[in-house]
Amino acid sequence: MTTLFTFPKGGVHPPESKQLTADKQIEVMPVPAELEVILTQHIGAPCIPVVARKDELTEGGLLANVEKGLGVPLHSPVSGKVKAISTSAHPLRLKAPSITIAVDTDAVPLQYQKKEWKSVDPKTLLEKVKNGGIIGIGGAGFPTHVKLSPPSTSPVDTLVLNGAECEPYITADHRQMVEHAEEIVEGAKVILRILGIRNCLIGIETNKPDAIQALSDAAQKAAEADYTIEVRALEVKYPQGSEKQLIQSVTGRKVPGYALPSAVGVVVQNVSTAKAVYDAVVLEKPLYEKVVTISGKGIERTANLMVKVGTKVSDIVEYLGGVRPELKKIVLGGPMMGFAVSNLDIPITKTTSSVLFLTEEEIDTTPHSQCIRCGWCLDACPMGLEPKEIGLFVESNYAEETEPFGVFECFECGSCAYVCPAKRPLVQFVRLAKMKAKRN
Amino acid sequence: MIEQQTQDNLPAAQPGTWKVSISPHIKSTESVEKIMWTVVACLVPPLILSVFVFGIQVLFITAVSVASCVAVEAASQKALGRTVTVKDGSAVLTGLLLAFIIPPGVSPLLPVLAAVFAIYIGKHILGGIGYNFFNPALLGRAFLLASFPVAMTSAWLPPLEGVAIFSYLGTSIDAVSTATPLAVMKEQGMAAFTAQFGEGASLYTSFFLGWKPGCIGETSGFLILLGGLYLLYRRYITWHIPVSILGSIALLTWVFGGEGYFSGDPLLAILTGGAILGAFYMATDYVTSPSNKKSQIVYGIGIGALTVLIRLKGGYPEGICYAILLMNPLSTVFDGWFKQKRFALPQGGEK
Repeated sequence: MTTLFTFPKGGVHPPESKQLTADKQIEVMPVPAELEVILTQHIGAPCIPVVARKDELTEGGLLANVEKGLGVPLHSPVSGKVKAISTSAHPLRLKAPSITIAVDTDAVPLQYQKKEWKSVDPKTLLEKVKNGGIIGIGGAGFPTHVKLSPPSTSPVDTLVLNGAECEPYITADHRQMVEHAEEIVEGAKVILRILGIRNCLIGIETNKPDAIQALSDAAQKAAEADYTIEVRALEVKYPQGSEKQLIQSVTGRKVPGYALPSAVGVVVQNVSTAKAVYDAVVLEKPLYEKVVTISGKGIERTANLMVKVGTKVSDIVEYLGGVRPELKKIVLGGPMMGFAVSNLDIPITKTTSSVLFLTEEEIDTTPHSQCIRCGWCLDACPMGLEPKEIGLFVESNYAEETEPFGVFECFECGSCAYVCPAKRPLVQFVRLAKMKAKRN
Repeated sequence: MIEQQTQDNLPAAQPGTWKVSISPHIKSTESVEKIMWTVVACLVPPLILSVFVFGIQVLFITAVSVASCVAVEAASQKALGRTVTVKDGSAVLTGLLLAFIIPPGVSPLLPVLAAVFAIYIGKHILGGIGYNFFNPALLGRAFLLASFPVAMTSAWLPPLEGVAIFSYLGTSIDAVSTATPLAVMKEQGMAAFTAQFGEGASLYTSFFLGWKPGCIGETSGFLILLGGLYLLYRRYITWHIPVSILGSIALLTWVFGGEGYFSGDPLLAILTGGAILGAFYMATDYVTSPSNKKSQIVYGIGIGALTVLIRLKGGYPEGICYAILLMNPLSTVFDGWFKQKRFALPQGGEK
């Protein structure tokens, strides 16, 4: 490894805590008796069900579709019967419309065959990505086909695959890269063909040497004159996997404020999304399964589980032997940006990358005190903002006037709140400021 | 009915005992208490050394100062209806620093009065920790200097011979008091200074190690520097403020501090007075110093320049206390001028 790629401004080094699951192979969890598939898997309007109560379902069959606006169709993860069309608990929206499926446990899992795609025209490939229900698996769940059709005003020349996985604990992408390197590389080629470009850079933090090795080997093995696919080893620094930071790390380009990566000629996809693209295009298998890291000291057994979309956290807990009495907090997503939930009835969605069961010793519960103006948050902020000022303004009821501090450029990575010695809830202050300040 | 089933599926844990809060869910192990107590610990070695230089009574003055600062902090917070936070160590630190910058021979009443002024008026009336815009310890010293000018400029003790740390107990201060090196230099000139304190390498060494009259914080440049370097190593402070203060003091003294231009003694300027203490412990106080690196450098240069100006042209032999106090309220102004660079501004410039 020669030079490590990284972003220069800000960042923090929280304990990685990945050793709990890093070496654990992806394990297929038996399908529970019932699934609750949420109809709002991604941003935009909820999907509209195309099935009715008591309808028979087949694995991979269409469950719901988009009527208008952003979105992708939703597929049945199993064969079974529609039990109800109602609502489910949701980590952000509290309640969300969903379809409850009674699983047919006797059904034989579907087998998919590789199909020829290299002669298929890019438009059809893009259509397959959309029909496969692919959304960005890493974070916000932006529909992938939209990202793969950038505006013609900003030509794209580079695809960046995000394998940084900078959040502590999570190892889902790590295991995908180690176990499915060839599929990821082939998925990258599909994306390159859709975009009509040749360059792909894969950014991986150096705390995953086996993933770097696996993807480098796979890229070399699949080398073609038409495409250059390179792996870039990244310094271990949070938030290395943030879109703008990753683009700067691997290409040196800076995405301007409020702009999309295509403004600097880049499209970013998560490595697991590339794997999903492979599934949808090469195998014609829609996205209805998800690798989820189950970790933390509050659960009997940690694992990287392959689960059906719609599996409830309570089923996972049961499968892994239950929670421990020391459990203090359950987090969907990583410990830096994830959402704490208060019950186990929440179904896994396409964007859930981990469920963490954290104990008292792993989380912070210190009450916050007054800002001592140490300025550590300024040094930690990867966007060059001033979290302490935003916090002081919000506390003094001047949240409306925080726009000049760049609140809308904050992507709430939590680096400032992580380093704050006064334990101030800076992300919470920023969210309040975003709600009250006017974006001009 | 669905809900009924999920209820039944719940494992044996007790729902409702799980915490829910906004991310991030993990936080670094640093805390305000840890910072404050670490700085306090860094000041203990020079304190112990000063016991051997000036005698056991420096401990007494320090204890009075620390105890009264803690008491005033607790009383102020109680009176103002705030949470009492004396455990965070910031009042202890203020008391310790205050003891470091007053002459060791003063009456114990003085640190008590200074504590009331520094902590109650200088800190809690303005909003408590984080909102005070003057360094409390320096404010306490400035208050004493204005109210008790004679005691504050004459109650200096000469260094002891040997380890007779109890020899000043019971003696009258007037019998033993002496002048500080900077005062000698200012009032009697360089010739008297070299006659009294020597010159060349032995002068630098004795000043660096601490055998000279002055307050506790002026004695051992070596141990204070050592503590400051530890704070740098722990990343509690950065180089910007200390280096810009000491650098500008050295440079400006070299240019203007001698008989003609470019003939001053930069090394002596740093080793005398409270320059090292001020640069590493006083000016770096988080609350009263700028947060941005660029403004920290400007702030440091301002302190250095004012220090040299007061030393050379002002009425006091040592100027760093007032220099820092004068620059303190400008910290937020500098932070407003030199904003840190954003990641990337929106296309078409700032809106």
